[in-house]
Amino acid sequence: MEIVVCIKRVAATDSVIKVGGDGKSIDTGGVEFDINPYDEFAVEEAIKTKETVGAGSVTVVTLGSEDSQKELRTCLAMGADKAVLIKPGDLELDAANTAKIVAEYVKSIPHDLVFCGKQAVDSDDSQFPARLSQLLGMACVTEVQTLEFADGAFTAARDIEGAREVVHCPTPAVISTNKGLNTPRRPNLKGIMAAKKKPLEMIDAAAIEPATRVAELTLPPARPEGKILDNVDDLVAALKNDAKVL
Amino acid sequence: MSTIAVIAEARAGQLKKVSLEAVGAAKELAETAGGGTVVALVAGNGLDSAKQGLAASGADKVIAIESGDLENYSGSAYCEAIATELAKLAPAAVLAPASAMGRDLAPRIAAKLDTGLVSDVTALHFEDGKFGATKPVFAGKAYKKSMFDASPFMATLRPNNWEPTSGDGAEVSDAPASISADTLRAIVKEIVAGASDRIPLQEAKVVVSGGRGLKGPENFHLVEDLAAAFGPGVAAVGASRAVVDAGWREHREQVGQTGKVVAPTLYIAVGISGAIQHLAGMSTSRFIVAINKDENAPIFKVADYGIVADAFEVVPALTEAIKAAVAH
Repeated sequence: MEIVVCIKRVAATDSVIKVGGDGKSIDTGGVEFDINPYDEFAVEEAIKTKETVGAGSVTVVTLGSEDSQKELRTCLAMGADKAVLIKPGDLELDAANTAKIVAEYVKSIPHDLVFCGKQAVDSDDSQFPARLSQLLGMACVTEVQTLEFADGAFTAARDIEGAREVVHCPTPAVISTNKGLNTPRRPNLKGIMAAKKKPLEMIDAAAIEPATRVAELTLPPARPEGKILDNVDDLVAALKNDAKVL
Repeated sequence: MSTIAVIAEARAGQLKKVSLEAVGAAKELAETAGGGTVVALVAGNGLDSAKQGLAASGADKVIAIESGDLENYSGSAYCEAIATELAKLAPAAVLAPASAMGRDLAPRIAAKLDTGLVSDVTALHFEDGKFGATKPVFAGKAYKKSMFDASPFMATLRPNNWEPTSGDGAEVSDAPASISADTLRAIVKEIVAGASDRIPLQEAKVVVSGGRGLKGPENFHLVEDLAAAFGPGVAAVGASRAVVDAGWREHREQVGQTGKVVAPTLYIAVGISGAIQHLAGMSTSRFIVAINKDENAPIFKVADYGIVADAFEVVPALTEAIKAAVAH
């Protein structure tokens, strides 16, 4: 079983976001970057699946700047076998050309299963897995919270509004992972040492233009100063008379 | 006159409210863009009630795609059936709800139509002949406005951002479901309903969330009791990432950047310090109440009303006071 995992380097969730000088992107000064949290579940599930099946390899792919080597090395230290960094150069990226560029590359390597996080916590698009499956002509189940493989197929559960769907799907497939699916392993020293010797290939992205362009990035208005109240009666009175929510 | 298509959502034949909001958004966008026909498409099985609902939604036309293969949602089958109709309509814009279904379906359709998509938008634009949309990014820490180079324009709409509209009976027609056997790979085998008294976090008018200040999962009943005090179907229970990661509560209750983004009328944070990733998930709530022992907790910076006290003392008293206020 040949497994591909797609990851993204994103601003850590504890980052304070400021708008950069171009008015269209974030000011990266002082911002820590990390692997997208939902992608960690994808990497863990890919390695776990390979261990269960006992054959094949896990290839981690990302589209991003050379800084993303750090996140790729972390995935290799967790247990992935090889990593590929696709460099976009000066291309502006949106969900449409990101999926096309990655699909172009994934087509060139064996791919029985593709794991992705359900969404990147920077753009919050949640488009990549479904787009990729369409471009690769693969089945796709998104936002899975449980996953079990048997006889060339899998059963997955995913939350919808007020209910949970249980889906059955044959492989090959694209699967996007939600929190709750597993607990990602932390790389140990042996893994970190081994990762240094594993292959990390860098290639240039195909020149595919985006379908949308960012016009403006803005911050939400600050909330007005609040009031500290002494007791429950004052609070209930405020909710009733000022806020009028009771 | 250009066409604006709406992908309406029906579950078990019942039209979802988000579909009517999408028709409302489409009518507004048509007006901004100098006129247009709003066509609502709906896929499923046994759609009589959904068709009636859409006929009175203010849309100009309704197209229903009915098939036993569409009984339950299937991303690939719905994509093929709806994209086939969209290709015939050649709309200038396509709008869908940013629901669980829309999040899965819209990007498939966008890829199939080879166009862009802006997800989970809170505003639509038409400027200098181009469509665009604004959406929260970084879970609401910032807003991004994007303009379209491709056609059709596509966006999924954040629930509760547009008013549902109504109108006179629209012309309703049926379209055949063109689904190749090869498309039906991922199949829904079962839908397990959640507890019926539990309203989804993102649809609740009031959200009461608990954090580490509750000291242990056994004390979460304080938060549950407070939520219940608002009466049936009003308040949902949320949780901070810390208590979800500690295994006290399920992930579906997590509010914040790796959980759900909520914007209820009233958000009550109990024993939550207010980490940046949590604030991102709730700071657009209309009113925020914070109860925390630590007067320097960051949650007080976004709260409209705060009480600096031990949750174990304040919350039971607040629960009784809310019960009394609701009863009157």
